[in-house]
Amino acid sequence: MASTEIARQAGEGARAVPLSGHVGFDSMPDQLVNKSVNHGFCFNILCVGETGLGKSTLMDTLFNTKFEGEPTQHNQPGVTLKSNTYELQESNVRLKLTMVNTVGFGDQINKEDSYKSIVEFIDAQFEAYLQEELKIKRTLHSYHDTRIHACLYFIAPTGHSLKSLDLVTMKKLDSKVNIIPIIAKSDAISKSELAKFKIKITSELVSNGVQIYQFPTDDESVAEINSTMNSHLPFAVVGSTEEVKIGNKMVKARQYPWGTVQVENENHCDFVKLREMLIRVNMEDLREQTHTRHYELYRRCKLEEMGFKDTDPDSKPFSLQETYEAKRNEFMGELQKKEEEMRQMFVQRVKEKEAELKEAEKELHEKFDRLKKLHQDEKKKLEEKKKALDDEVNTFKQKKTAAELLLNQAQQAGGSTTLKRDKERKNFF
Amino acid sequence: CSWSEYSESIESRSKSCTSGSDPQQPKTLEAYVGFANLPNQVYRKSVKRGFEFTLMVVGESGLGKSTLINSLFLTDLYSPEYPGPSHRIKQTVQVEQSKVLIKEGGVQLLLTIVDTPGFGDAVDNSGCWKSVTDYIDSKFEDFLNAESRVNRRQMPDSRVHCCLYFIAPSGHGLKPLDTEFMKYLHEKVNIIPLIAKADTLTPEECQQFKRQIMKEIQENEIKIYEFPETEDEEEMKLVKKIKDRLPLAVVGSNTIIEVDGKRVRGRKYPWGVAEGESFKSEFVLFRNPLFIFRTHMQDLKDVTNNVHYENFRSGKLAAVTCNGMENKHNGQLTKSPLAQMEEERQENMGRIKKMEQEMENVFEMKVKEKLQKLRDSEAELQKRHDQMNRSILAQHRDLEEKRRQLEEEIATWETQQRILEQQKLETLKGGNKKKKIF
Repeated sequence: MASTEIARQAGEGARAVPLSGHVGFDSMPDQLVNKSVNHGFCFNILCVGETGLGKSTLMDTLFNTKFEGEPTQHNQPGVTLKSNTYELQESNVRLKLTMVNTVGFGDQINKEDSYKSIVEFIDAQFEAYLQEELKIKRTLHSYHDTRIHACLYFIAPTGHSLKSLDLVTMKKLDSKVNIIPIIAKSDAISKSELAKFKIKITSELVSNGVQIYQFPTDDESVAEINSTMNSHLPFAVVGSTEEVKIGNKMVKARQYPWGTVQVENENHCDFVKLREMLIRVNMEDLREQTHTRHYELYRRCKLEEMGFKDTDPDSKPFSLQETYEAKRNEFMGELQKKEEEMRQMFVQRVKEKEAELKEAEKELHEKFDRLKKLHQDEKKKLEEKKKALDDEVNTFKQKKTAAELLLNQAQQAGGSTTLKRDKERKNFF
Repeated sequence: CSWSEYSESIESRSKSCTSGSDPQQPKTLEAYVGFANLPNQVYRKSVKRGFEFTLMVVGESGLGKSTLINSLFLTDLYSPEYPGPSHRIKQTVQVEQSKVLIKEGGVQLLLTIVDTPGFGDAVDNSGCWKSVTDYIDSKFEDFLNAESRVNRRQMPDSRVHCCLYFIAPSGHGLKPLDTEFMKYLHEKVNIIPLIAKADTLTPEECQQFKRQIMKEIQENEIKIYEFPETEDEEEMKLVKKIKDRLPLAVVGSNTIIEVDGKRVRGRKYPWGVAEGESFKSEFVLFRNPLFIFRTHMQDLKDVTNNVHYENFRSGKLAAVTCNGMENKHNGQLTKSPLAQMEEERQENMGRIKKMEQEMENVFEMKVKEKLQKLRDSEAELQKRHDQMNRSILAQHRDLEEKRRQLEEEIATWETQQRILEQQKLETLKGGNKKKKIF
């Protein structure tokens, strides 16, 4: 039996030992399968394509049910993504199927940004998973995985070549999701045209470096069928949920005046091939590729963006703890610096304001000192004036007193003279 | 999370996955779609990948661990070329691993046996569980680091999936060493306790011993590995059978003996041969003592991954981020350490902003106060100045008034004086005249 991955990994460390009886660990794959079946499976498909290419119909045909939804109009202003989740069961296998449809793709006049919402959606699913994975307390085993496992890209059946919108979009998506290009409504193309169309598409994809999903050929049990199918890419499909009676069976078909296109007839279209490859043979591989290749790429880019490295400058590997601690210290250092800065700024402002206020105070005091001095001067003047006045008053008083004294003396003298005269007069008479 | 939470989540998933988004029954498809083939795809891929399993055996020397390992896998894992640890004398408890690659039915298994020679052999055995827990933790740590790298490769899973703990067949109960060990390890690894060398116990002794052990295990709240319930009836019968017989009593043998023309693995005693057929009693499972591997290897790995490893991881990451702070809110554990650090950062930024705001407010207030004071004192001084001005003015006016009065007085007096003067003059003149007459 070929060497397993584990055996290759073990390498020198392990020695092969033959068993001499039946131990029973050959049931391990069964145990694993049982566990998966009990757990249920989950698969997410993204359908990208212009409005009216039959995406919803194809999904209905592929999964044999009528999924909800109205056909969309052509007047969407931008590309939005609508997703629906369905629980399906076939024999004992439960499948949680999520279908995401691009609504309004290719309808705008300026289609430059059409791919953006699709890329954002895919990244958002990766981000959600990454966040869950990074949580401290996480529940990965019961997490509903919403990452897109397969992207069916619907190519319009022009018969000529890929549109530039197709090339641009696929180029943006090929590193994020498994792209399976299909030619939609292929009953519009004749057989010879179809062959040429397929070749043209494949060569255009190759020359533009678009990586589409290749069915894996490393497992012998499926290698042959996968490599055959690889050569039939892109699949030309027809979808139909209507049934038509052919012979004595009801088959899914599209009825035209000139004939009937049977969906499950391999001569008519590649629908059966698509179903085989997508669901029956490679579903698990699609999921694995999404997880180990596309998701890891996203995760790597995201972590590097956040500044995580695997090794320090000396190329010694970082342990998780060191990485987180380093980041934490960085944060704290930043914070401390900010705090310091703020404090310094405040100290500065306070100092400045204090100086300002002191200045103002000083000015005020000076002003009032000046005024005071003015007052003093005025007062002095006043005093002088008063004194002058007092002096005058005194002088006047003195004069007055002196004059009165004189008068009194004069009067006395005169009075006595008058009296004498009067007496003399009296005596005369 | 605890084992019970985990098993509950498994149960609820398997019972009905219709609870949730779709209230109706899952759509059963009318015609063939093909995803019922998914299990086969999974099978195919798992076989291609191969399996790995790490089994740890712990027990005192001489309990037949190596013999059991050999008989477990029906091969000489330990042989003269690759002697087991028991042949080497150890002073301290070592942890040794041997890796073997075995194939069966197209399935390849990389089996790692971890042995702990020297366990319980010293005179003072306190802390002998430490090297075991260190080993288990180091494997968890390796896995954690590998899982957390930016560039992740295929991560080899060398975590310990199952620990077989050998209990000496004393017939009485668990030794203190046993309970010590199990208490330290039951939250790190799936413990399956075994009674070693069970051929030294009679069936009744064995049964009683088992009961005693289980009682002590419960009393000490030790969580040994729980075989999960399953919906499959056949399997449930088996699970119940095992559960009733815990801990399993085992006998290992390396030698092939001929009994009644048949070649069997057994132990030959003077009084008989202990081998599979004679042990068809209920209490000893001989030939394939751990046939649980047929059915539960995957579950052992799952419990290790989803319960024990996650506990280790969340403990480790919580320590890194909380970093000394006590676990304030348990809600923090639902975020990734990065998100948590981001939150912390935002919190701190908010705090700084608030501080800034406060300081700003205080500053403003103080400035306002100071300005107000200045204004008040200015007003005060202004008032006084005005007052003084007014008083000076008043005084001036007073003075003016007095002066005026004075001048008036002077004027009046002068007028009087002049009149008097004139009168005097006239009187004098008249007097003189009179004199003249006479």
